[in-house]
Order: sequence, then C-alpha cells, then structure tokens
Amino acid sequence: MAVDISEIQTITHDVLVVGAGGAGLRAAIECSRQGLDTGVVCKSLLGKAHTVMAEGGAAAALGNADPRDSWKFHFRDTMRGGKFLNQWRMAELHAKEAPERIRELEDWGAVFDRTKEGLINQRNFGGHRFPRLAHVGDRTGLELIRTLQDKGVHSGISVHMECSGLGLLKDGDRVAGMVGYWRETGRFVLLRAKAVIFATGGFGKAWQITSNSWEYTGDGQRMAYHAGAELMDMEFTQFHPTGMVWPPSVKGVLVTEGVRGEGGILRNSEGKRFMFGYIPPKFAAETADTEEEALRWLNGDKEARRPPELLTRDEVARSIYNEVKQGRGSPHGGVFLDISHRDADYVKRKLPSMYHQFKELAEVDITKEPMEVGPTFHYAMGGIRVDADSQMTKVPGLFACGECAAGLHGANRLGGNSLSDLLVFGRRAGLGAKEFIEQTEGRMPALDEAQVQQILDWARAPLMREAGENPYVLHDEIRASMTRNVGIWRDAEGMSAGIEDLQKFRERAKAVKAHGTSQYNPAWSEALDLDGLIICAEATARAGLLREESRGAHSREDFQGEREEWGKYNIVIRKGADGAMEVEKVERKAPPAELETVARATLEQLESGDV
Amino acid sequence: MSSKQRTLRAWRGDAAGGEFREYTVEVGPGMVVLDLIHEVQKEHAPDLACRWNCKAGKCGSCSMEINGKPKLACMTRLGDYAPDETITVQPLKAFPVIRDLATDVSWNYRQNARIAPFTPGPRPEGGHRMMQKDVDRIQEFRKCIECFLCQDTCHVLRNHDRKDRFVGPRFMIRIAQLEMHPLDTVDRIEQTRDDFGSGYCNITKCCTEVCPEHINITDNGIIPMKERVVDRFYDPVTILLNKLGGGSKKRPSREVVADEPKAASPAGTHPPAK
Repeated sequence: MAVDISEIQTITHDVLVVGAGGAGLRAAIECSRQGLDTGVVCKSLLGKAHTVMAEGGAAAALGNADPRDSWKFHFRDTMRGGKFLNQWRMAELHAKEAPERIRELEDWGAVFDRTKEGLINQRNFGGHRFPRLAHVGDRTGLELIRTLQDKGVHSGISVHMECSGLGLLKDGDRVAGMVGYWRETGRFVLLRAKAVIFATGGFGKAWQITSNSWEYTGDGQRMAYHAGAELMDMEFTQFHPTGMVWPPSVKGVLVTEGVRGEGGILRNSEGKRFMFGYIPPKFAAETADTEEEALRWLNGDKEARRPPELLTRDEVARSIYNEVKQGRGSPHGGVFLDISHRDADYVKRKLPSMYHQFKELAEVDITKEPMEVGPTFHYAMGGIRVDADSQMTKVPGLFACGECAAGLHGANRLGGNSLSDLLVFGRRAGLGAKEFIEQTEGRMPALDEAQVQQILDWARAPLMREAGENPYVLHDEIRASMTRNVGIWRDAEGMSAGIEDLQKFRERAKAVKAHGTSQYNPAWSEALDLDGLIICAEATARAGLLREESRGAHSREDFQGEREEWGKYNIVIRKGADGAMEVEKVERKAPPAELETVARATLEQLESGDV
Repeated sequence: MSSKQRTLRAWRGDAAGGEFREYTVEVGPGMVVLDLIHEVQKEHAPDLACRWNCKAGKCGSCSMEINGKPKLACMTRLGDYAPDETITVQPLKAFPVIRDLATDVSWNYRQNARIAPFTPGPRPEGGHRMMQKDVDRIQEFRKCIECFLCQDTCHVLRNHDRKDRFVGPRFMIRIAQLEMHPLDTVDRIEQTRDDFGSGYCNITKCCTEVCPEHINITDNGIIPMKERVVDRFYDPVTILLNKLGGGSKKRPSREVVADEPKAASPAGTHPPAK
C-alpha cells in the first residue's frame, strides 16, 4: 500500500544538520551566524549525543601549560599518530584553528580547569608532545556539548529531537533533503533543504565490545553511500586500549586515557610494567625507557621523556591484547591499570567520573586498588570522504564533519583530537554550506516523489511483513562475527569469513520483523539500523583485506609492519552501478614541501626553531 | 525461579492509560536495571520503549522510577536488591508519558530557553583569566547531566504541578551557575524571583538526594540564590543603596534575552510545515 506523499509533514530549512553532537551543534551555530535558516535533527534528546562520553579533553596548542607548544608540534604529532595517512590539509587546518575554537567555547560559557595563572589548563595525553588537552576533570565532552547546546538555544536554530534519518533525497546530482521519522509517533517527515550537513558519528555498534552507544549505527555513512558519496579509510577502526572488562554488563565502557595522562601505570598479572617492552623504534627517542625516568616526567621534569603508557592508542591496545594472549592477563581477561599511587583527593578531583564509575559499577575503589581494563571499539577514523576546506562530499550540497567524516586522523587518531575536530570542522562545514548555497543562488532543489516513496517502502517493510526474524538477534550475530573476524588483529582468512557472513546477514536483514506499532518502537529502529551496520562492517572488512600491511589501528597478522608502498594510498569505497560495493586504491597527492618538513622534523629541530 | 532469573515488572502504555506487565529473564553478574530491560526487549517485548545512550551515567537518558525511586537505570545494580525481589519500573511521574518508560520532557528544554545566555565582557589579550578556586563552585553545577530526576522528585513540579511558576532544581542551578560565573555581566536576581519562582522551593532537599552526580543542589545552588534574592529585595540597607544608585551594575537579564529563542521542538509537538 503506497503512502500519499502529500499527506506527509514537510519541514523546510536552508540547511539541515543531521546529528546534534559537538560537530552538528558547532555546524548549526555557524550556519545560523551566517544568516541561514538552520534545522538540526537528532535521534536522541538534545544534549545526549555521543560527545558527552568524551572524557579526557580537547587538544589545542594553546601553550598555556607549556609555552613551547605551537601548531607545528600539534600538526606533527597528529601526522605521526596517523602514520602519515592523514589528509595533510585537514591536519594543518585542525592544528592551526583548534586554539581559537577552544577560546571561543570559553566565550560561550565553558568552564575549563585552570592553570595557576588562571588560564585554561592542559593535560598530557598519548602521542601529544606537550600537555595540550583543555579539560574539565574527566567530563570534557559534557562541558563541550552543554556549552554548544546553550549557545545554540539562543542562536535561532530549530532543533527537531528524536527524529531519525531514513534516506537522502536528490535533485539530479545535488542533495535535496532527507526523509526521516519521528521516533515518538512513527510518522514520516520530509526535511527539505538547500544543503545537508551530516554529523552523525560512527558505527561501533557493529562490534561486540564497544564504548559506543545505540546511536552508533553508521546512519550517515549509509545514507551518503546510497546517495553516491564515497567512504575512505574504513579499515582504520580504533580500539581504545582501556575499556572496562568486568562485570560483563559494563564490558567495553570507556576508561579515559586521562588516567594514564595523570600517571596511571599498566601492569600484567606478574606485576610487570609491560609497556617498556613494547616501545616501537620510531618512538624510542621520545619515550622513557626506565621507571625512574617515567617518574621524573610525572613529577614535572621537562628533560625527562614520556612514559610508554602514553604511546599512541594503537600501540597500547595491541600491547594489552598481546599480554592477555600470552597468558599474563588479569582474572577477567584484561590487564591492570593503577592510579592508586597518586593522592586520593587528587584522583577524585581529576578523574571524578572514573572514580564513581568503578565504585558504583564494579565495586572497585580506584584510589586504593587497580582497575582491570582491556581494548574496546571506540572510534572510526574512516568515514565519508570530504573536501578538506569545505567538508563537502562528492554529492554537491552534502557535507560531513566529525566522526562520520574521514581524513583528519589517518590510520590512528590521537586522544583529544576528536573534540577539537568537531569544533574546527563543524564550523568549516557550516561555512561550506553557506558558500554552496550562494553558488547555487539560494535555489531550493526539487522534490522527487518517487524517491520518497522508495525510502518509505523500505522503512515500512519490517513493520508490514507478517513474520520474520528478530532484529536484535541478527544484530548480535553481526557483532559477534565482526569481533571474531575483523578485530584488533586481522588476517585474510578472518576478513574473508567476515565478508561472507555479511552477505548472509544482508539477505537476512531484508526479512526481519519488527513487532508492534510504529510508535516509539525500538525493535523497528533496530531493524532499520541493520543496513548501516552491515555497510560499514563490510567496508571495514573489504578495505582491510585490500590493505596488505599493518599501519596504525589496522593490524594484520599475515602482513606485519608498515609497507612503504602502502603509505602512498588511501582506500576509497563507493556503491557500484550494480549495487555492489566497490573498493579502490587512490593515490595520495604529494603534500606541500613546508608541511612535509614540519611533519618529518625531529623535536630538536622544531624546538630550536630551525623548522 | 532459579537464582539466575529476575522478574521485571514494567509499566506498559501511553497517554491513554496502561498497566504493569511482568517478564522473567536470565541475568548475569554485575547487571544493572537497564541490562534487564534490554534482555526483556530481546526475549519478550521488542517494542518496550525506553530511552538510553551512554550506559555509564554520563548522558542522563535512562531516567525512570525504579521500585518507587527516581533513578538512572544504567547505574542501578540488580545486586542492590534482594535476589528474589521483583524490579518495578515506571515512567517519571512529573512528566507526561509518551509510551512505556519514555516521557515528554520537552518542558525542561523550554525552561532552559527562557534563561538569558552567558554574557561575558570582551576577551582580553591572552584569554580570559579565572582562578580555579573561583570556578570550583560553578563546575559543580556544570556536572549536571540533565537527567531531570531532580525535576521529577521536586514537590512543586511533581505534586503541585506548578510548572507555570517554578523552573525546578535543574534550572535553579543553571541560573546559579551563570549568576556565580566570574565573567558573566547579567543581573539575574530579579528574574530569579519573579519569573523563575525561587520562592517556591521550600528546601526539603529531595532533589539533592536523587542527583546521580551528587551535586549539592539545595545547599550550594538554591539556598545561595534565595539569599541573593532576599538581600536584594528584603534587606533594608541594600534597598537604600539601590535607591541611591549604588546597586548592581549588571544588565537586567530580561534585556539580554532580546529575541525570543526558538524552543527545541519538543518530542510530540512537531513544528508546522512552512
């Protein structure tokens, strides 16, 4: 039975922003500042987006905690952390613009922790040469989202809460809007706009152990992919080294890197501080090699090098995994993370939510005893391919920013670079949308009812069919398969098996049944999410299979170590004309000489001002 | 019933009415009430409506009433109850039910929009300077995750339904945070009394008791705001000073909310098509 399109509610804006985390809100604020009528849709209530989960801080070379810091160091750290697979221009813009984005937040009401001089304080984090993360205890993401939310409330933005995206509409090549549905009523809504900005986050819910919430089902990646945009770097999925491992119900919940930034020590079941045994040659010159030196660093000795616990996330996650595999794990299959050597009041002040999280969920007092931690799927470096300056995708008028976009982080993201990413590129996406609307003379794209009908038919199918499989069960199977086949360590056999599984899951997803009505029905939502999960999972496996090397977060048992040749390529994924997924190696452009010099410089060269 | 089973008694229904239904599922070690709900969704009631996001007490989505108490389902462990005790969950009472455990909390978002935004002076060269000891107290209020459990338990909102007069504890601490911010230039006292209803709170501290972030809502937020109102309007010395022109130099908050902000479109009240 067809739906009468004219009966469907229509909302029109100049710009439609999809997602209300840090990137979406920052984009919307910028659009509104540029005089555009701006609407934001979000799946949850305003202020609940995944950004609230960010704990450690936002990286920006403010130079408050160490005046030696500058954009060049931040840029160099980001490129090295990303194993030189980042988009050079994005890493440059990010390092240069992050400080002003942070100061601007303070103008809007954010209250960061202070230095002794009363400036924004900065903390140490993995892979960052200097203390660089503006933070508020271990709840920086909450501070960021609440600040943007309160700013947005007075910026004339229309927020449409608990509204999920179903599919993009196009007018010829360009984007024309999105079909969505109100979770509360199950009614459909046409959101027409001259430009659409995706800020939809990641897709960690395709894995079993993850720090991601139910929202992380690859919605933006899915809709962009079907609309003809490209995905890039999908093989790079970040496993955060420290998630909770016990009790089972909280397995995967994030334990902030801030614990290690504040001096937290990793030990195995033999009591050995094992990270000293995993320092890769390229970081050896910048990493402490004795416990004595690591302690001096913690006590503020500027000549001392950083403890190995603060190596980049990919290195630490693999090391923990290996320790457990070698039989030196903790009772519940993790390792020990200990901060109890620091003053109890200090720990409670700097890591209050960690203290409560362990106390209330695991009955562990982290000021007295070690935590048990292990790797958890945390972040997707890959996502929708965008232009570095404007954030526009291959589809004219469609923009992407934040986690759903690719490019800034390359093969591995540094902690703290996500919150600053949201701010820098959220704003840039807003400016990009403004420019696009001007170039197209403010014309509202036409509506093609056939496209709407097609999306509605797809969305209604799980409700309409007589019987079918339970979508929750299928989702669990996807997660189990990805964890088994496309986990921290990968090989050709596993990834091929994963791809094979996914083909079967795709067929089964076409026959799931959501019982009940369309009103606030989580089973229906679960059924609709399967397509995005399967697309993102398949893209990860296919790109991972093609990349025959280990780089950053992509670790292959059958191809260990970086291969120089592969440093020249990013892997791009698109939907082929026949509907099948196409995977392509795309050669990277040579960077400007100046940037290359900065990125490859030694610390001494940068510190002496020679570069 | 084996010791590894647990019965959930969940309110099912919508604005038209509803009833409690019981579901029994297998449970594992360390499980929280939200896990129990997810198990019930998987096994028995896939359409059981319930909000959640972070599952770590950081987003404030899964607020509900558990065995009669306003709580976050993700931070309430089954082990806190006797092994054979039935877990009863129902939607927040102070807000209209949408379906099952999800309520329409849009009123809260409209209150936030009424509060004049943070308005600092110009940023000095090198950035704003504030000492940690001067921001400690407002950082406490900024821990708020907007779970609205304090709003749910507040007598003024819950029992007397005076949402027309009082913004509730959540927004009293939001106002307190702005009022106590070292950089803010807005005078919020008059509006706190007249528009936000500070006088309605009779400091029973129930809000503080249910706060999952352990914010001292009453002692550190509401009482100081009440004192500022009293000092301004009922202290003879201040009244005299004000008459002589020596009072607050800050701009009145009503002037600051110049253009009526567009309220977040509440779940359920969809904005009309243009």
